[in-house]
Amino acid sequence: MRSSNNLKASTNTDAPKEATVIHLYAAAEKIYPRSTFGFFTKWRWAMIWLTQIVFYGTPWIEWGNRQALLFDLEAKRFYIFNLVLYPQDLIYLTAILIISALSLFLFTAIAGRLWCGYTCPQTVYTEIFLWIEAKIEGDRAARIKLDNAGLSSQKLIKKSSKHFVWIALSLWTGFTFVGYFSPIRELGSAVVNLGLGPWETFWIGFYGFATYGNAGFMREQVCKYMCPYARFQSAMFDDDTLVVTYDEARGEPRGSRSRKADLTNQNLGSCIDCSMCVQVCPTGIDIRKGLQYECIGCGACADVCDTVMDKMGYARGLIKYSTQTAIVNGWSHTQMLKRIMRPRVMIYAATLILLVTTLCTSLWLRSPFKVDVIRDRGVMARLAEGGMLENVYRLQIMNATESAQHYQLSATGLDGLVVQSDALDANRTVIVNAAETRGVPVRLQIPDGSVKSGSHAVAFSIHAVEDDATVTEKSIFLVPR
Amino acid sequence: MSDFTNSFWPIFITVISLAGVFGCALLLWLTSKIKANSPNGDNTNGHVWDENLREMNNPLPRWWVWMFIITIVFSLFYFVSYPSLGANPGKLGWTQAKQYEQEMAVANEKIAPLYAKYAAMPIDQLAGNKEAKAIGERLFMNNCAQCHGSDAHGSKGFPNLTDNDWIHGGSPEKITETITNGRIGMMPPMAAAVGNEEDVKNVANYVLSISGNKHDSARAALGKEKFAACAACHGADGKGNQAIGSLNLTDGIWLHGAGEEAIIKRINHGITNQMPAQSAKFSPEQIHVLTAYVWGLSNNANHQ
Repeated sequence: MRSSNNLKASTNTDAPKEATVIHLYAAAEKIYPRSTFGFFTKWRWAMIWLTQIVFYGTPWIEWGNRQALLFDLEAKRFYIFNLVLYPQDLIYLTAILIISALSLFLFTAIAGRLWCGYTCPQTVYTEIFLWIEAKIEGDRAARIKLDNAGLSSQKLIKKSSKHFVWIALSLWTGFTFVGYFSPIRELGSAVVNLGLGPWETFWIGFYGFATYGNAGFMREQVCKYMCPYARFQSAMFDDDTLVVTYDEARGEPRGSRSRKADLTNQNLGSCIDCSMCVQVCPTGIDIRKGLQYECIGCGACADVCDTVMDKMGYARGLIKYSTQTAIVNGWSHTQMLKRIMRPRVMIYAATLILLVTTLCTSLWLRSPFKVDVIRDRGVMARLAEGGMLENVYRLQIMNATESAQHYQLSATGLDGLVVQSDALDANRTVIVNAAETRGVPVRLQIPDGSVKSGSHAVAFSIHAVEDDATVTEKSIFLVPR
Repeated sequence: MSDFTNSFWPIFITVISLAGVFGCALLLWLTSKIKANSPNGDNTNGHVWDENLREMNNPLPRWWVWMFIITIVFSLFYFVSYPSLGANPGKLGWTQAKQYEQEMAVANEKIAPLYAKYAAMPIDQLAGNKEAKAIGERLFMNNCAQCHGSDAHGSKGFPNLTDNDWIHGGSPEKITETITNGRIGMMPPMAAAVGNEEDVKNVANYVLSISGNKHDSARAALGKEKFAACAACHGADGKGNQAIGSLNLTDGIWLHGAGEEAIIKRINHGITNQMPAQSAKFSPEQIHVLTAYVWGLSNNANHQ
């Protein structure tokens, strides 16, 4: 109601105006980011190399007789180097997700969208695709010119070779991705022999298409219109967060000038209004307008501005990583960095360290096998030879290691409790093969009449001989009236 | 699609579905542009809040619209192809039952080679095969253990499969037959044939005596004569007959309860005991492996 009143009020007070039609959808304008060189660009490329060597390389590492990192969805086993994870270990995935989210909080609180600017696959692949594009079509000006030019054989060759390289890289990316779920060496020979399964083909194609589309065409639109992290990261910012900032006090009033001109006489700031910061921006914004939601914090504008400042013979850092408080108070670099250790950051860091420690400890202490005790419901209790009363249980033993294991069974809780099983071998152990689950039928016996009728708590103790680990599981022993 | 008994519901669903889809299309069209009273060129859409807070127009890229249109077109194709709009069975003829059958066919095809290599092996060899035994164990655990117990030792009314005391025969062929077709064991009430209450008690004591259990020998002697009524099925010596599934009364194994009281109850009331046929659940090859496992329980002393 309030807004409509205000709307009416504003229409009344403002002089009569013509109603204009505003379109709420518009064709996205293509952005031609200019290549950059400098400190932040070097860091970004370092992160690109690091993440991509890990991504493309890891599936090829062998570990014993298998791939070191393999998420076998069909068999419901995740192989991570020495570790074999089962659906029961889903809690670790939860922990990893929480740790990832908290890391994002921490980095964002310290220096804004670090993830977006340096390591996000969207940024990384866009940067790689842009590099290919620049190699084939040339830099910003050449690309604009080429796009505006009419169809020629040269344009056709350039465009098609660019797309050829893009598609090849995309397919390789899709292939690598599927290689995490389906052994990559076999997948490789399947590709060569045209023997891919329908789902493998689909996912290589789908992931490849997503890479091609996102890094080649969607680019900044993914960050602006699709990415949820981009939206909530701004909630992690505070006045002491380092963000890419244009030093307005120093830069304004902006204006072009001769390289030799004396600033004091001309009433000009350091900004020469060369628009380089706008040309290099991968999201097409003007950082001089202040912090905007589109800014992914890549620092390209800072790099290019430093080059310009060097040429002009001015001090670097007209566009730099700085904080709101530092700009307002005119703080020095050290004063600003001191504020990094503020309570918010300390709490994020402490929580993160705690969680990582917990996860590592938990993985370290993780039992190499799991046991579920299932009491047979069909049989309450029965009389066995020798005047013994017995209950039947099934011990579902899950061997989470990659070698066969022998298990010793024992039970406590009642006097004279005897463990019987037809599955026991000569050494009174049961064997469970590597990474297999076996239901072992077990009978617990007590002398009939030795305890009163009712439900009695008992506990099974299962000891893995080779791994020297013990698991205890509770159950009940029923004595009928 | 005859899930609804009242013809109102298919119409209701059709109207809701179509109104939903076309409503989305209408909404998309209506919200693609607005008329705004704002100064030309300042790129605000005329919405004003809190006196002077004006909303800027940040148009979404046009491909968003195409995404919406694609979902609308998709839903129309879906209405045509799949069961929808209340009573439309869909051009593709998809049903849950068909999908289940397809998936089962794929799964069976996948496991067929696994069982095929065991199909030709004789039971006694198969019972010693570790891999086949593990498969048999899993089949047993998932399908048989509910009644016969995880350890196959059975319980009251459910035979022990490990004691070599077979009701219908313990040869591989007989076990296969039992699993495939199931069994019905039926003892009619015999009180009238045996005689009065005293006679029934005497026969019960006789039955206890032939299996060497605690009994009243005077009553057992009297009951011996009346046992003739039982002998038709259980045999004159009380050892039963596997051909008709009558129980052996001499071996001290009591399927339906031990002791005088339980036996009197059986004579008076009889009993019908049934094992359901498993042929619909398993392929013949699976039954072959399962037979080997069950046979091995009592014929292979060296477990593991």
